[in-house]
Amino acid sequence: MERMTRAEPLIELDGVSKWFGAFQVLRGVNLRVAEGERIVICGPSGSGKSTLIRCINRLEEHQEGRVVFAGRELGADTTDLAQVRREIGMVFQEFNLFPHLTVLENCMLGPTRVLGMTPADARGRAMEFLDRVRIPEQAGKHPGQLSGGQQQRAAIARSLCMRPRVMLFDEPTSALDPVMIKEVLDVMNDLAQSGMTMIVVTHEMGFARTVADRVAYMDEGSIIECLPPDRFFANPADDRTKRFLSQILSH
Amino acid sequence: MIPGSKRGRLGWIDAAVLAAVATAVVAVGYRVDSVLEYRWDWSAIPNSLYRWDQEAGRWVPNLLMQGFFTTIRLAVLSMIPAALFGAVFGVLRTTGRLFPRLLSRTYVELIRNIPPLVFIFIFYFFISSQIMPILGVEDLVRGASPPTLRSLELVFGPAALIPNVISGVLCLAMFQGAYMTEIVRAGIQSIPKTQTEAGLSIGLSRWELWRRVILPQALRRVIPPLAGQFITLVKDSSILSLISIQELTFLAMETAVSTTRVFEVWITVAGLYFCLCSLLSLAFDRLEKSAVAART
Ligand SMILES: Nc1ncnc2c1ncn2[C@@H]1O[C@H](COP(=O)(O)OP(=O)(O)OP(=O)(O)O)[C@@H](O)[C@H]1O
Ligand SMILES: [Mg+2]
Repeated sequence: MERMTRAEPLIELDGVSKWFGAFQVLRGVNLRVAEGERIVICGPSGSGKSTLIRCINRLEEHQEGRVVFAGRELGADTTDLAQVRREIGMVFQEFNLFPHLTVLENCMLGPTRVLGMTPADARGRAMEFLDRVRIPEQAGKHPGQLSGGQQQRAAIARSLCMRPRVMLFDEPTSALDPVMIKEVLDVMNDLAQSGMTMIVVTHEMGFARTVADRVAYMDEGSIIECLPPDRFFANPADDRTKRFLSQILSH
Repeated sequence: MIPGSKRGRLGWIDAAVLAAVATAVVAVGYRVDSVLEYRWDWSAIPNSLYRWDQEAGRWVPNLLMQGFFTTIRLAVLSMIPAALFGAVFGVLRTTGRLFPRLLSRTYVELIRNIPPLVFIFIFYFFISSQIMPILGVEDLVRGASPPTLRSLELVFGPAALIPNVISGVLCLAMFQGAYMTEIVRAGIQSIPKTQTEAGLSIGLSRWELWRRVILPQALRRVIPPLAGQFITLVKDSSILSLISIQELTFLAMETAVSTTRVFEVWITVAGLYFCLCSLLSLAFDRLEKSAVAART
C-alpha cells in the first residue's frame, strides 16, 4: 500500500485518444501507473491494447490527451525521444531480436551504442541479465538457432540491459507453446519480485492473479475497468468483463 | 520437398526435353550444313585473338582479345560508380523526405522507360561534349608523367582510348545504377518494420538504428541480386559498341568485316562472353555459399 501514497505516478495517460484514419482505436483512455506497480491489460482482439502500450513509448502517436512519463509529457515536440525510450523497455509478441547479431550482441547493442558503455562493461552487464533469464549458455548463438521461449527471454534480457524504469510487454507468450510459456512467465515473475514496474498485455490469467496489482479490461478502445485481481476476478462490475472472463477462464 | 533429393535422377519429362533439344540441334546443324551451304573456315580466328608481333618478338593480343580486356575493364570500372549510384539513390528512395525520394524516383523511371540504346546515345553526347571537358581527362592524359601514365594505362587501358573508356564507364554506370537503385530500395524495404521498432525501443538514434540494424541486414539481402546485376552489366556493356567504345562487340564487328568470317567471329565472341559471365556467376555462387557457411 506504500506505493499508493506516492504523489507522482511514473506513467500517466490522461484522456488519450487515437485514430487510424477515420477509425478511432483509443477513446479517452485514463491510466496512472505508480513506480513498482504491475498492471495487466486484457481484452478482446482489436480492442486497442497494443496501440495503448505503444503510445507509452511513442511507437504510436496519440492525437488527443496527454501521455506523461516520469513527469515529462510526450508529444510531437519531444525531440529527445531516444532519451525517453531507453528508460522504457519493450517486449514484443514476436520477440523482434536482431537476427544478424548473436544473443550477446543483441544485449550489448543498446548499452554500447546508447549508454556509451565500453564493450567489456556491456558484455558483463549482458551476461548478468542473460543469467537472470537463465540462458547464459545461449549467448554466442544467433536468434534463429534458439527456441521461441529462449528468444523471448533473450529479448527480455536485451531490454533489461538498458536498466529501464518500466517494462512494457505486448502479449509476450502468445507466440509460444505451453512449455515455453512457463519459461517466460517464470522470468517475468522474477522480474516482478525484483520490484520492476510492469505493464503487461496478456491473457495469462494465472499470471494476472498472482502478479498484478491491478487488472485492466479493455474493450473498443476504452479501459472498462481497472481493479485489483481479487475484485476483478470475483465480481467485475461490467457485463462485458464478465462475459470475457467466462470465455477466457473456461479454456 | 528436400532440396537436392531429386538430383541426378531423370524423370520422363527430362528425357523428353533432352530429346527435343537434341532434335533441334541436329536440325539446325543440318540446315546450316546442307541447306545454307556455309563453308566453315576458322583459320582466321586464332590470329584475331593473338598475333605475332615482329618488332617485339612476342605474341600480343589482337582486336578480339583487346576488346575482351576492354570489356572486362569497362565492367569492373563501371561497377563501382553504378553501385555507388545504386546505394545513394536507393537509400534516398527510402527516406521520409519528399524531395530526395522524388529525385531518385525520377532517375529510375527515366532510365527504365527509355530503351538503353536511346538513353546511351543521348547521354553519351552529353558526356563527351559537356562532362569530359570539365573533367579535363584529355589534358590530364596528355600532361601526365610516364609513371602516372603507366598506372593510368593499367587501370584504363591504352592511353589514347582513356577518354573513350571513361565515357563508356559513365554511360554504363548511369543506366545500370538505376537497376541497382531498385535492388537497394527493395533490400532496405524488405527489412520488417518490427526491426525498426525494436531498435527504437532500446533507445537507438535514427543513425545508429540505420547503421547497426537496417544496413547490415539489407546488405545481406542485396548482395546476391547485385551480383546478378553485375553479370547483366557485363552483357549490356556490348551496347557501348554503338557509341564507338572499343570493347569486344565493337572490335568483333570490325574483325567480322575485315576477315569476312561473320559466323566464326560472332560464335567466338559469344564464347568469350559466355566464359566471362559463367565464371563470374560461379565465383559469386562460391562467395555466397562461403558467406552463408561463415554465418552459421
Ligand atoms: N497501423 C494501423 N493502421 C490501421 N489500423 C490499425 C493499425 N494498427 C492497428 N489498427 C487497428 O486498430 C485496432 C486495435 O489494434 P490493436 O493492435 O491495438 O489491438 P489489440 O487489442 O492489441 O488486438 P490483438 O489482441 O489482436 O493484439 C484494430 O482494429 C486494428 O485493426
Ligand atoms: Mg495486440
